[in-house]
This record gives sequence, structure tokens and C-alpha cells, in this order.
Amino acid sequence: MAEGPGTAASGPLLSVRGLVTTFATAKGPVAAVDHLDLTVDRGEVVGLVGESGCGKSVTALSVLRLVPDPPGRVEAGEVVFDGRDLLPLPEREIRAVRGRRISMIFQEPMTALNPVFTVATQIGESLRLHLGMSKAEALKKTVALLAQVGIPSPAERAREYPHQLSGGMRQRVMIAMAIACEPDLVFADEPTTALDVTIQAQILALLADLKRRTGMALVLISHDLGVIAEMADRVLIMYAGRVVESARTADLFASPLHPYTRGLLLSLPHAGEGGRLAAIPGAVPALTELPSGCKFRPRCPDAHAACEGPEPALVTLGAGHPGDHQGDHKVRCYLHSPASVADAATAGGGR
Amino acid sequence: MAEAPLLEAVDLVKHFPAARGAFVFGRARAHRVVHAVDGVSFSVGAGEVLALVGESGCGKSTTGRLVLRLLAPTSGSVRFMGEDLFTVPARRMKRLRREMQIIFQDPYASLNPRMRIGTILEEPLVVHRIGTPAERRERVSRLLSQVGLSDDVLDRYPHEFSGGQRQRISIARALMLGPKLIVADEPVSSLDVSIQAQVINLVQDIQAEHGLAILFIAHDLNMVRHVARRVAVMYLGRIVETGPVEAVYRTPRHPYTKALLEAVPVPDPEHKRERHLLKGELPSPVDLPSGCRFRTRCPEAFDRCAQVDPKLVRVGPDHEAACLLYE
Repeated sequence: MAEGPGTAASGPLLSVRGLVTTFATAKGPVAAVDHLDLTVDRGEVVGLVGESGCGKSVTALSVLRLVPDPPGRVEAGEVVFDGRDLLPLPEREIRAVRGRRISMIFQEPMTALNPVFTVATQIGESLRLHLGMSKAEALKKTVALLAQVGIPSPAERAREYPHQLSGGMRQRVMIAMAIACEPDLVFADEPTTALDVTIQAQILALLADLKRRTGMALVLISHDLGVIAEMADRVLIMYAGRVVESARTADLFASPLHPYTRGLLLSLPHAGEGGRLAAIPGAVPALTELPSGCKFRPRCPDAHAACEGPEPALVTLGAGHPGDHQGDHKVRCYLHSPASVADAATAGGGR
Repeated sequence: MAEAPLLEAVDLVKHFPAARGAFVFGRARAHRVVHAVDGVSFSVGAGEVLALVGESGCGKSTTGRLVLRLLAPTSGSVRFMGEDLFTVPARRMKRLRREMQIIFQDPYASLNPRMRIGTILEEPLVVHRIGTPAERRERVSRLLSQVGLSDDVLDRYPHEFSGGQRQRISIARALMLGPKLIVADEPVSSLDVSIQAQVINLVQDIQAEHGLAILFIAHDLNMVRHVARRVAVMYLGRIVETGPVEAVYRTPRHPYTKALLEAVPVPDPEHKRERHLLKGELPSPVDLPSGCRFRTRCPEAFDRCAQVDPKLVRVGPDHEAACLLYE
């Protein structure tokens, strides 16, 4: 599944380094995303997994420079896309990237689509803006796109308004809009969460097919480990704004190392096994009340004294580790890295 | 099970006027109805967990509300503890309501934001005039501890709690009157994955401890398999297959059940399924297809499916499917 028009020589398609995005709250600024690194290669599907508030959507919005400011702010880091850092770009230039080279599929198509414009107008807008098409050309291309995403009678549908479409159709329209300008990278934020399973299966098949045909890279944001297992080449698990584990999908599911990742997998009901589910105790802490040290510590079954010290760094295990067949399994946990390897970025004034 | 079941729904039908035809007047408008529930029969024994599964719009939530008489049916009957809920006098109905409770999907919408938790929990006892104030407080704190919360929550308001905690409060409220039946309508689908397991464990503990019957309404098929012993699969207002959970999951007979189970993503990257994608979407419950209502999406449909509306027939021990393949 890792093919695609790999121009590997030019480096990764997207390289996010040390991203910090904060939001102003009544209790002061909180970091929704805290020193996040994310790399996406051309044609790759990267899964971003975590529960509400872990920062997975804010990551996508930060890359696209769509974080509402105020209250949000990208405080630090770089977002290098195809060799160029997007963060310092003037608004004009980021607009030429957004929708053209990088696009986004939102979870709730009813709120992401404009209710007072037809499907054709909305998809046509980006075609005319980015590709300079005439109205007639844009309409023709829109109908072709709707057909490509599996919408029956595309010519008629193009003239309809979002409320006339079902949830599955709207999500297909969102996808058609996202791929209209043949972007290199698409962020899909819980693209199937609002849909029923049989429609979800159709949409996932469509995304996989588009990826195969166009070579686009996909960052798939989801809380559903089933969806991730099926779609992703690589997975990042997020907790409280941090990446706590990342690995090739096969490695992650075969050898989950972080206690949070293990907890997520174990808490799922397994076919044919009765008894109690292995729940993770407690709840995700509010970003204003994060614990010291490891942020997962209060809920962790394996927490020990070291976990209260400086926050563990995200450490690469290296080839030869039984849970790492590809040489890029990373985990942020003292069970798998000595406590002396404190994260230079977060340890502060030393110990 | 020789004795009469705790709950028995017979041929339940609920049609809603179709709101869409705002510009259609006269007779045409009067005749447009949404067939939300269209001939549903099932029973739940004392202490049994039956799951109703299906996709949005299949009528599972409406069915849950009908069996609690939160909605009046177009036709059909519900017998609860041997009494017909739609004909019992109001006074008797109020007494029966103590025995049947509901847990809603959205713990943000189902707790009154202006009431303190203590008041919310005590309210059912006050309404039914049970106990002295001291006894009520005693019961409130006993049930709070059962759902894993302490008495410090009594004076707080719903907004101070997380989704998982609110759902615990909803569960405590449902238990206040010591019911025999709880309708749990998607009780964990709005919760985060790590919290879902906590709440499901709690529901199962309480079910076992109190010998509760639960009508578990859900779309998460993995969770249903874990929680329920019997399952009924709904499609467009009908039960299309019903039976013991393991039989239905291992040997699904109705093509819709097969497609539904195949569509569930499996959290195992090695699992490369052969997936038969269902084509198309749910037909409108206003204009139902003729014959079998699944035929427009069914990979196995044949000519007769357009003419005959299949009835549930036996396909295994306690296992029924409504499909012409088995008639």
C-alpha cells in the first residue's frame, strides 16, 4: 500500500517539527498541541489517533493555518511542506496552498458546506480560484468529480443544495471538493464518524481508491482503531497534545508499547470474549490541569516514581527491538527508555 | 422460558406524518407518512439483555420509546409485566413507570443543567412519593457509590462533570426506583473510547447485581456482541433477523446482517477482509420499496423480492430471518 509517485529524493512531503499551538483560556494559555513532530511521505496514509481534546484536529488546522486567532495561536515550530515552511507565509500565499496543494475533509459535512450555495458553486469556487477555470469548465469538472466520488446522476446533484443530500452524499461532496484541485495532501478529520457503518465502508473504500489513483497523501484523523488498522500505513497516538507513540501500523497493533495505546486496544470489546472490558481508569485531564511529568501518569497502570519527574521524551527504539520491524517505532514512556534520557525540550532547568 | 416475558411487543407500528411535504397540500400531503416502525415484535425476559441494532433511521430508538410509552403507537401492543401499556389506566401506568427507565445517548442533553445532581437523583423518588427525606438521601448516596461517584457531587451541577461522569449520573437516576427494565439508547456512543469501556462495565455489573432486563439500543456491533445475549437487527422499521448473539454473528443469514457485520472495521491490520460493499443508500422511509425493503441494496435480490414482503422464518434454534432465501 506504500506506493505512489515517490519522488523520494526531494524528502518528505510534509515535515512538522516542534509544533506548539496554544489557546487562551480563562485560566491562561494552554497548549493544545505541544512540541509535535509529524512527517508524511508522498502517497502515504498516516493515522492520527486519540480521544477528544488530544490535539489531533488542532494539528491539522495548524498545518493549514486555520487555527482561529484569537483565541488560538501557533507559538512555535515549523511546518515544512514540499520544502517550504508554511508558518511564516503571508496570507495570500497560504491561500494558494490551501485547497490547491493541501485540503481538508471535515467531520460534519452539514456544517462544513455552505447551505445557501449549490454543490456546483461550492466545488466550482476552488476550481475557478486555483485553476483559473471558466464557469462552464468548472461545472463540467464538478460533474466529473461527483461521478468520481460515486454520486449517481452527478449532473442533477451538482445543481442541488447541501440540505437536499443525505449524510453519505454530503460527505462525498466534501471529498469531491477536497480532491478537486488534485492536492498532494489531504487531511481527513473523522471523515466517517458521523456515518453509518455500511456508508462508512463505502467512503473508506473511496478514499483508498482515490489515494491509489492520484497518489495523494492522506492524514486520517480518527478515534476508531478499526478504521486506522484498515487504512493507515503509519500511526501516531496522541494524548494531551503530545505524540505518545508512533509506528508502522503493523508494528503498532502487534506490539503496542505505550500503556495508553495498550489501554485503548484492550478496552475494545473482543469477539466472543465475555467478561469485563479492560477499561482505562479515570478521564482525560483538562489541558489546564495537566499533571507533572508524564501526562498519562494518573491513569497509567504502570506508573512509577520516575514518571513524576521530567516528562519522558519520544524515543526511537531502533531496529532490533522486538516491537520494531521498520526502525521507526517511537514511544514516550519510561518503561521503554531510561529515565535519564529526559526530553531536552520539556525538562526545563534540569533535575 | 415458559413464564410470560417481562416485556412483549407485538406488531408495533409507528408512522409519523412526513414533515417534508410542506408544499404538498390536501390529500396527497395527508397520506405521506414516515414508516418509522412497521410491524415489530419481540420479547425481553426478566433479567435478559436484548440488543436492537441497525443504522440511523431504522427505527430502533422509536421502538425503545414505544415500549416505554413515551410515544403512542399507530397500532400494535406492548405488554409489560402482563399488562397492556396502551390500555392501562393512567394511575396504573404511573405505578408501572417505576419499573421501566431509560438512559439516553447524550448525557449533556438529558440532565437538567439548572438542577443540582442531588435534586436530579432524588426527583424520581419525590415524584413517586417514596420514602422520607432522610431515606431518599440515603438511597441517593447508596446509588451514587454504586456508579462510582461520591457524595461530594450532590451539590454540583451537570456542567461540572465529564461525559462519562454524566452518564454515570444518568445510570444512577435510572436505578433510583429499582426498575425491572432499562432501555439504554446508545448509552456509550457519545463517549470517548477509554470511557466507553468503563460505562459498559458499570452497566453490566448493575445488570447482574439487580437482575435487570435491558433493551440495549446501539449501532456499535462489537459492543452489542459483548453486552447482549440476544440481538434483533432492524432495517427500515422492521426486524430482519433475530437470534442468540453468537449465532447471528457467526452465521448471519439475512444479507443485510451479513453486510452490516462485514462493514465493521476490525482493529487488526492483518485482517484483510473480503468486503462486499453495499451499494446505494437507505431508501426513504416515506416511499418504501415494494416487496422486501432491503432488495434495492441487496446483493442477492431476485425477481420475487420485488413482489413478496418476507416474514421472519426460523433459520436455526431461536434464530429467525426475514428473507425469501429461507422461505
